[in-house]
Amino acid sequence: MRLTTPAEAMARALYRFTGMGRRYGVEWWILVAGGLLVLAIVCMALFSGVIAPFSPYDQNTGPQLAPPGGKHLMGTDNLQRDVWSRFVHGSQTILRVAVLAAIISSLVGIILGLVSGFSGGVLDRVLSLIMDSVYSFPGLILAIAFAAMLGPGVINITLSVAVIYIPTYFRLVRGQTLSIKEELYVEAARAIGASGSTILWQYIFPNVIATTVVVFTLNVADAIMIEAALTYLGLGLPPDIVDWGMDLAMGKRFLPAGHWWLITFPGAMISLLALGFTMLGEGLAEILNPRLLER
Amino acid sequence: MGTLSRYVITRVLLTIPMVFILLSIVFVVLRIMPGDPVSSLLGGHAPESVIEQKKEELGLNRPMAVQYLDYLWHVCRLDLGDSMVFKQRVTKAIKEKLPATIELTTFGMIITILFGVFMGAYAADKRRSPQDNIIRLYGIVIFCIPVYWLGLMFQLIFGVWLDILPIAGRTGPRVFPSTFSKTGFYILDTILIGDFSALQDVLIHLILPSFTLGMVLSGIFVRLTRANMLDVLRADYILAAEARGIKHRVIVYKHALKNAFIPVLTMFGLQFALLMAGAVLTESTFSWPGMGRLLLERIYLRDYPTLQGVIVVFALFVATVSLIVDIIYAIIDPRVRY
Repeated sequence: MRLTTPAEAMARALYRFTGMGRRYGVEWWILVAGGLLVLAIVCMALFSGVIAPFSPYDQNTGPQLAPPGGKHLMGTDNLQRDVWSRFVHGSQTILRVAVLAAIISSLVGIILGLVSGFSGGVLDRVLSLIMDSVYSFPGLILAIAFAAMLGPGVINITLSVAVIYIPTYFRLVRGQTLSIKEELYVEAARAIGASGSTILWQYIFPNVIATTVVVFTLNVADAIMIEAALTYLGLGLPPDIVDWGMDLAMGKRFLPAGHWWLITFPGAMISLLALGFTMLGEGLAEILNPRLLER
Repeated sequence: MGTLSRYVITRVLLTIPMVFILLSIVFVVLRIMPGDPVSSLLGGHAPESVIEQKKEELGLNRPMAVQYLDYLWHVCRLDLGDSMVFKQRVTKAIKEKLPATIELTTFGMIITILFGVFMGAYAADKRRSPQDNIIRLYGIVIFCIPVYWLGLMFQLIFGVWLDILPIAGRTGPRVFPSTFSKTGFYILDTILIGDFSALQDVLIHLILPSFTLGMVLSGIFVRLTRANMLDVLRADYILAAEARGIKHRVIVYKHALKNAFIPVLTMFGLQFALLMAGAVLTESTFSWPGMGRLLLERIYLRDYPTLQGVIVVFALFVATVSLIVDIIYAIIDPRVRY
């Protein structure tokens, strides 16, 4: 037996990688493309200090409202700041808010859903009614009310975004819990004398958590658009934070004069980031559980 | 009593707790907000005694539970109260703005359905072809484009570069809504009065906002229609129709689409909330004087009664649409009953 050369090992890895593509078809490539897109933007956020040529706050980088080209890859804004530098730094804010919001809402939603579905009774009915009401109402409008109530701040906007997704997780997890509760292995656990909390956390929880992965990814995609929408409307963040939605709102004022670079780049990035997470979610959904999204 | 009417009554009664819960959430949320309507009303420098007097006048000094019950009692009588900031009934402010939002969402919806349903049906008919893949890609990508950014890009392309469509407002500078406005629905008003140049102006102003709103939502409908059409096209009765020699186009767009449309309709009831959220953003982008603008303007002024009123109307709107969709569904499919 001889040792494999690095080239051979790489070829084998590549073969397995494309093999997934042959097995799952186009969904695998959607997953890969989405993953790469997200990875690229995460790298941009992590290394923004290295990538950006200027500080995003530097008000003396060149002429005012200069179109893209030369020293300024994406032009400059009305305060002589470099649009490319703001563009690179803006990825940090939106990623942090969207991912954190999705984590908060999934934690709260999953726990409430588990407890509600498992215990049943009055608690379950009241919680379901509240969650269903919030779920059917336009999330953005609720987020606007919360963002206005809490005032500007990174934590505040994260909470405002998180609130509107709790019902999504709640409904999903509660439904799953209700059906898993009746499974034979839960019955068996009960028969050998397992306590309620053991059944909930060691038998039901592991079986529920898998389905929330896909929802989580799609949730981040949606949270990205809601975060940007709030800041675009002038809610949620103080003016000293670099954010794509706020840059869009600022660029909007210069749109009638035709300064296209101020709105094109931040908006395109919001779309690409949301697209990356959506593709990741769609691909995962198809591969993990082909029938999930059809429901 | 027939089963259908019993279903309708149950369904109507079920919307009441939903509206009530939303009302309560909004009431509490607004009351915890920092900043209050009295200081935004009187400016920051009003003396303490004046502020106290104004608070007394507006009933803001009462215990919150009393304010809450009082408010609920008024809402039950369809009285949304007076604005705290302007000398205006809330119902009047809403009555002025609601038609603009309804006009926008109606046209947005029409575009969503036209784009979404027909593209979805076409893609299903040509499945696994390049056209199908392009339409599927469109369905995913368009859904990830924020509605406000699409609106801004449309403004840039059609309003600034090509300079063929207006980018803001419901009418141009030479059209005065006060001369024809009766119901607030400008299209209806201009037709009623027979002023066709004004009608043209109103329609031109509707193009960009309604396309923006409609296209963003069409992605969901492309995917949904496609998925349902694929199922329907596999059904035996489609094969039977094919065997009878009916034209392929007629089978796809008449027989199959009609059957695939029922689940799409249900989905529409669920997605209506998205349409409302999209409308708020579109109104902000296009300076469209509707409910979304009213909401945003009054949030900064902490005008509680108007904000509550706007939320109630949104909630009622969403509840009514899902109610209508469910009832239509129950009529089409008699198996649906509680």
